[in-house]
Formats: sequence, structure tokens, C-alpha cells
Amino acid sequence: MKCDGLMNPEVSKTSERVHQRIPSGCAISGMMSEEGRRIDGRVIIKSIACMHDRSNGLGGGFAAYGIYPKRKHQYAFHMMYDNVEAKEATEEIFKDIFNVDMDEPIPTHRENGISNPPLLWRYFLEAPENKLEFISERDYVMKMVMRINSEVEGAFVASSGKNMGAFKGVGYPEDIGKFYKLEDYSAYIWTAHGRFPTNTPGWWGGAHPFTLLDWSVVHNGEISSYGINKRYLEMYGYRLELRTDTEVIAYLFDLLVRRHKLPIDKAVMSLASPFWKDIDRMEPEQKKIATAIRQVYGSSLLNGPFSIILGHSRGMIGLNDRIKLRPMTAARKDDMLYMASEESAIREIAPDLDEVWSPRAGTAVIGTLKEEVE
Amino acid sequence: MRIDAKGMHYRPMNKMIRDAVAAGEKEFELDNIGGQRYIGGGLNDSVKITINGTPGNDLGAFMNGPRIVINANAQDGIANTMNAGEIIVHGSVGDIIGYGMRGGKLYIKGDAGYRVGIHMKEYKKQVPVIIAGGTAGDFFGEYMAGGIMILLGMNGKSPIVGDYVGTGMHGGVIYIRGKVNPYSLGKEVNCLELNEEDKKLIGSYLKEYCEHFGFDLVEVMSGNFTKLVPLSHRPYGNLYVY
Repeated sequence: MKCDGLMNPEVSKTSERVHQRIPSGCAISGMMSEEGRRIDGRVIIKSIACMHDRSNGLGGGFAAYGIYPKRKHQYAFHMMYDNVEAKEATEEIFKDIFNVDMDEPIPTHRENGISNPPLLWRYFLEAPENKLEFISERDYVMKMVMRINSEVEGAFVASSGKNMGAFKGVGYPEDIGKFYKLEDYSAYIWTAHGRFPTNTPGWWGGAHPFTLLDWSVVHNGEISSYGINKRYLEMYGYRLELRTDTEVIAYLFDLLVRRHKLPIDKAVMSLASPFWKDIDRMEPEQKKIATAIRQVYGSSLLNGPFSIILGHSRGMIGLNDRIKLRPMTAARKDDMLYMASEESAIREIAPDLDEVWSPRAGTAVIGTLKEEVE
Repeated sequence: MRIDAKGMHYRPMNKMIRDAVAAGEKEFELDNIGGQRYIGGGLNDSVKITINGTPGNDLGAFMNGPRIVINANAQDGIANTMNAGEIIVHGSVGDIIGYGMRGGKLYIKGDAGYRVGIHMKEYKKQVPVIIAGGTAGDFFGEYMAGGIMILLGMNGKSPIVGDYVGTGMHGGVIYIRGKVNPYSLGKEVNCLELNEEDKKLIGSYLKEYCEHFGFDLVEVMSGNFTKLVPLSHRPYGNLYVY
């Protein structure tokens, strides 16, 4: 395994802590302005911090959309390096495969609670035209992300989209947020995660969100179908290197929506598809669609308990598993859409809401950026 | 006693309440509540706690006597294994409420989430009661072993209750104000019409319920109720026999 012990020198100590019985579960929170208004990172930190007791300090992270408006046509790569050698090896590859317009350290602020961070660097990249003769630009970038994650010892891509970025690591989410100085970023979509790792290690690359291109996923729960989903994705060139089930969700959205061009609601239907007993009672047209999706996309069905918030450049989607084994509350206020594991985490940042509801199992909450917003 | 809970962690806050109860305090008003867990948990005395703001999970867990009034929505796991007392929610509640509840009353003005009253139980005079004014999600009364649940569907949303109603039910009774689709019912449930005794029983609880929330009792009672009871008190008795 490429990432054994990587970026987590405390692995032996922390694993002892994991075995204490702490009544907890991960926390997720997301907010978006459908008008495209940009909000600084302090707000989402406040929301996720309200659910502090749902995580145990072994992972926290954020995804932010709209943070690099001046470089919105370039791919913003947030990189995590175990050491300088990994950085040099990756930069050698970058020089060969991309035009590197700018690179700089990701600004951080050492805080209590954050120890031994990896080397954090960001790059603004363009895909050279001569490389795109037989492949679409985003397929090319996706392949390069997979290549670096699986081939460069000690290097991980934390995010690779345009005008967005992931900020994540080992620690409580509110500490991670301060560590990355999120008050200095303004975004129209923020998602956040507080981690309580159960079956997989707590390490920097394993913190949520999991991302690919513009996609980011924060997740509470576990994907029991990981093996099936992984094998399916591998057939399409995805390499699953992060040792955490959530990774498959980000890649499935990339495959289904970007590459297979499924509408979001049909992609969601394949991930949390209706039960056959419910399909039997559908109207003929609906029945045909649901049956086709289950037949064609049986391998993308996500089994197990989950509540997720997916971010992408044009919106935010919340989804629960088919029998709602993890919590999710959604709310609206003016042009704002909120989703979180607990209502109190929404009220913390928006006390007066127009509407609050608990989405039903397997039913997506879809927030979309207004068309006129660039 | 009035507590401003703004930014307060649940541990010091709940300790403050427990210490004050031990010292004889009878009434609490908690302001600016935002997600603090376990409020009223394990308290044995008949104190009154009023909550302003959204309380956190497992409110009233193992509670044995207090009366809690919540002037907002409540979250998941409230009334977990509650033994006695009253919880009155002027809003909706989340999932897994009244889990293993064994006494006391839980009155909810609005909707309830998934898995309401799983494995509720009763013993002699200890009969837990849950009433929700709106709708509920799947697994309503799953493995129910005792107690009374009433679901009113007053807000007109459809369906009034999700799937798997009373799956594995082997005790207690569920009253739903409206029709329940047969495919939504668990295999262990029998669907009946109300008799006079039922009407008397739910009438007495609903009178109290309507007083809390200002509903019209006559209107509530005028609905067509469905009564659900278990087919057997031991549905899985032969499961591992053959």
C-alpha cells in the first residue's frame, strides 16, 4: 500500500483512541448561495464547529467554490506532499504534462490541534493543447490526477478543479479551517466535514472532502458496496488509492454525470435506486426508466448507510441512503440553501429560516446556481 | 433558574442543571440552545425545563419524571429509553425518537422522522405514549412491544406514514388518522377499525395533546382512524426452530 503511515506519524497513537467507545458519527454541513454571492469561510466553520462532538479529531475538511475568480480558467491543484522529494518528483511530472502558470505554498496558520501537516502547495495549471488531440481536456486532467495519486510516492492531489479547492487534514474541522485561514477565502458554495473514522485510517489524504475535477463529496456513513463500486470504476480508468470508501462517490459522479452525461437526478437514482418492490408499483414510463437504470448501473448502486453533500461548480446536492440510516436536515433562507447532519448546525449560522425539512430517504436535495451567474 | 446557553458545551450545562435539581430547583428556562445534547437526560425529579432554541440529540434520554417543553424543532434520538415524564415539542422532530421508550409522554406538534418508537415497551401501568400531529417516515413502530402511538397527519402531507409500519410488531397499538396503504404495512400487523374503547382511549390523550398545541379536539377526533395491532405476540417464535 502506497500510503502506509504516510502523512500521519501519529497513526499508532490515534488508533488506540479510535478503539475507545465514543458515541459519535461524522458531521457534514453545506451551504450555497444560488445567486452566486460569495461568503467567507468563517460562517461554515461556525456551522461545523456546532457539531464538534460528532467527530473525534481525526479528520476535518472543507470544499469551496468560487475562490479563485482571477484564475478561473486554470485547474487549481491543491497538493499534499509527504516530503520535498515527493514535491520535486511531482513538479517534474507537472512540467511535462501541464503548463504551470503559477505555484505557491497554500497559506497556513499553525494552530493548536494541528500537528505534523504535510507540505501543502497549490498550482494553477493549463492542459497543453498538443496533449489534447485524442482526449478531452477534463479526461486528460482526470488521468493525470490518477497518475500522480497512484505513481508518485508521498504525493496526493487534494483537489483539481477550476475555481475551487479542498482544504483538509487530520484534526477537528474548526481547527483545520483556522489552519488553512479560510477567513481569507470567499465562496458561493462551502461544504464541510468533521470525521469520526471507523473502518479506515485517519490520515491527511483520507480526510473529506474527496474530490476530482470540480466534484467534491463529504460523507457521513460507510459504503458497504465499496468493492463492487471500485471494480466498476477501475474499468473506466479510475484508480482508487485513498483507502476510504467515500472516494468512490466522487468518481461515480464524474463517470455518470460528466462522462456518461446522465442528468443529475438519474445519476442520483443509480446511486440510491428505488427498491424493486417500489419499482413494481410505478407508472409504466417511470418503471421503464428505473428498471433500465438499475440494470445498466447496478454496479454504481451505493449500499450501506450514508448522508452526503456533493459540491460541483454549478451547485450542491444532498443525498441519503435508501432507508435513511444517517441524518440530514435541509433548509432555505432567501437565496441560501443549507444542509447539515443536525438542524442546530444550520440555525447556528441562519437562525431565521424560511423553510426547514428532513429530506426523505434516497431523495436528493438539489441546489443549482442561477443560470445568469457566471 | 434561567441559563443562557449561548456557546455552552452540553457537559457543563447539564451538570449545572443536575446540581441545581439536587439543590431543590424546580423550574428551568434554557435560552439560546444550539445543539446541546442529552438535555434532561437521566433526571429523576419532576422539574420543568423550557427550551428556547434547537436542542441536540438524545434529549430526555433515560429521563424519569421531568416535563420538557421545546419551543422549536427537536433533533434525533429524543426520549431514548425514557421512563417517565413529558416532552412537548412545538415543532417537528428527527429520527429514532422514543427508541425503547418505556413510559411517559412525547407530544409532537409537527412531523416525526424515520424509526419512531422502535421497540417501545410497556409494563402494567408504565405505558409510553407518542403522538405526532404531522407525518412520519419509514419503520414507524418497528419491533414495537408495547405502548401507544398516534399519528394524526394534520398538515395534509402525503403519505401520512412511510413503509415498513410496525414490522416485527408484537405488542402495543398504533392509531393512524387516515388510510395506510397495505404495501406500507409490516407483515406482522393487523389493520382494524376503532371500537368505542379505542375512541375513549385516544380521546383522553388527544384532549391533553390538543390543549398543548391549540388544535380542535372535535376536528381531530372526526378523522377516520386506522388501528394497527400485532398479529402475534411472538412473531418470530419459530424462526430458528426448523
